[in-house]
Amino acid sequence: MGKVGVIGVGQTAFVRGYPGSIRELAFDGFKDALRDADISAKDIDASIICSAPEYDKQRSPAGVLAEYLGLTPQPTCYLETLCSSSSMGLRYAYSLVKSGLHHVVAVIGFQKMSEISSAESQERMGRGGDIQWESPFGTMMPAYYAMFARRHMEEYGTTPEDLALIRVKAATYGQINEKAVYRKPVTFEMFSDPESPMSGPVASPLRVGDCCANADGASVVLVASEERAKSLSKKPVWILGLGAATASVNLAGRDLFSGLKVAKEAGEQAYKMAGITAKNVNVAEVHDCFTIAEMMAYENLGFAKPGEGKDLIKSKETYKEGSIPVNVDGGLLSKGHPIGATGGSQVRTIVLQLRGEAGDMQVKDPEIGLVHNIGGVGLYGNVSIFGR
Amino acid sequence: MGKKREVDDRFKKFGTVSFTSITKVNDFISYLEDGKVMGSRCKECGLFFFPPRADCHQCLSSNMEWVEVSGKGKLVTYSKLEFAPIGFGDDLPYAIAVLDYGDYKVFGRISSDVPEGEIKVGMEMTTKANTLPNGQLNYVFQKA
Repeated sequence: MGKVGVIGVGQTAFVRGYPGSIRELAFDGFKDALRDADISAKDIDASIICSAPEYDKQRSPAGVLAEYLGLTPQPTCYLETLCSSSSMGLRYAYSLVKSGLHHVVAVIGFQKMSEISSAESQERMGRGGDIQWESPFGTMMPAYYAMFARRHMEEYGTTPEDLALIRVKAATYGQINEKAVYRKPVTFEMFSDPESPMSGPVASPLRVGDCCANADGASVVLVASEERAKSLSKKPVWILGLGAATASVNLAGRDLFSGLKVAKEAGEQAYKMAGITAKNVNVAEVHDCFTIAEMMAYENLGFAKPGEGKDLIKSKETYKEGSIPVNVDGGLLSKGHPIGATGGSQVRTIVLQLRGEAGDMQVKDPEIGLVHNIGGVGLYGNVSIFGR
Repeated sequence: MGKKREVDDRFKKFGTVSFTSITKVNDFISYLEDGKVMGSRCKECGLFFFPPRADCHQCLSSNMEWVEVSGKGKLVTYSKLEFAPIGFGDDLPYAIAVLDYGDYKVFGRISSDVPEGEIKVGMEMTTKANTLPNGQLNYVFQKA
């Protein structure tokens, strides 16, 4: 069995209030990927459609999208692990190709969050926790992650100001990413300015500025066997390592509150499979649904020791010019987080970086890139490693 | 007209808004009504569960007994919400938290009568059954 590569990537701009239906949204991302790969839908043997349910009314979206994208009669299916759905889709696409069952598989992530209100969205996301034993207490994602922030601060002396630095970095790159939903600058001072929306309380100790932007969007990753990648593509990027893990849904079942165990476990698996360590990673996309999530990712992936993530951001080592650039496309915080599309968008950023096509966001000559994508509150974790 | 099937949907009383009505651990609600917060223990292998379960994943037994959550736990972490999901707005502000009892942990809410300034990670707290203003039942953490 040969290698498995990515031969094309695409995504829509991440926006608020996409003026179309989910099939039209997916089409925009798919068209972008087909043009990137310079292939047609006929070259694709199967598709995996990824999103989190209940944002739109369509049951079983896979068939509807496959038809609209011209991907019939090839097989399709729906796959979800909340916010990491399309990274999990990549994992299954890899296995379909590696097994020889298919040669080219499309991983199509989408989410149209704007069909429901923000409060409804918080309720949906809260129900990504334990609906029997947690949701009746009134849980929501910012509050869950805030509990990790509180514990991180307690154990390591991390401050709200350290977290604000992560948001400032995200906004630096969100401004230059034309696909980002949040294009405005965010300054450190905004977090201490009561007039600024960034300083508004959400769930202590997290503030508005610590939270990612909801968005509508679609992403597409085209995965191919080595043989097909070489014949179809001049610039394939290879999947070197894949890791995935699951944890207890209910936080009562966890034993780590200053990090995410699924990220550590998935990272270790991916590093082992790729035969590398954290030091070999030249550019990374991590799941910064909240600022604290990026801080924990630094530590869980081994970019910093536990408790030392704050030093990495303070010294700007995760900026584009630093030793380990992270989320130099704006991340979920500024680029936006259309749940099912997020993982595929992270993969797209890394593929463009490795091909040297990331424009103003380009890191100098990266060889190895990493994607860290989390579903729920550290319920599902996927880490994927790519190389040229 | 057939006879109406009796449905034991006691669990719909759990929390401000319950998203589950039927479960094999519905007795949890009756215990809450009696002022008790209960976990379950497998009578075959002795494994204790909170939240309570009807089935033991370790030995596959469904022979469980109810055991009260008692004594003091330590506050692992918490967050005070200033914004709530739909259906919970009237409860604001409230704090969700995790309490560590050593052998197990409990996820819940901190009692609204504990002033925020007095909440400290590591503090000892107890878990108490509670009736909400809308008549629903839950449990809350109080200062030990």
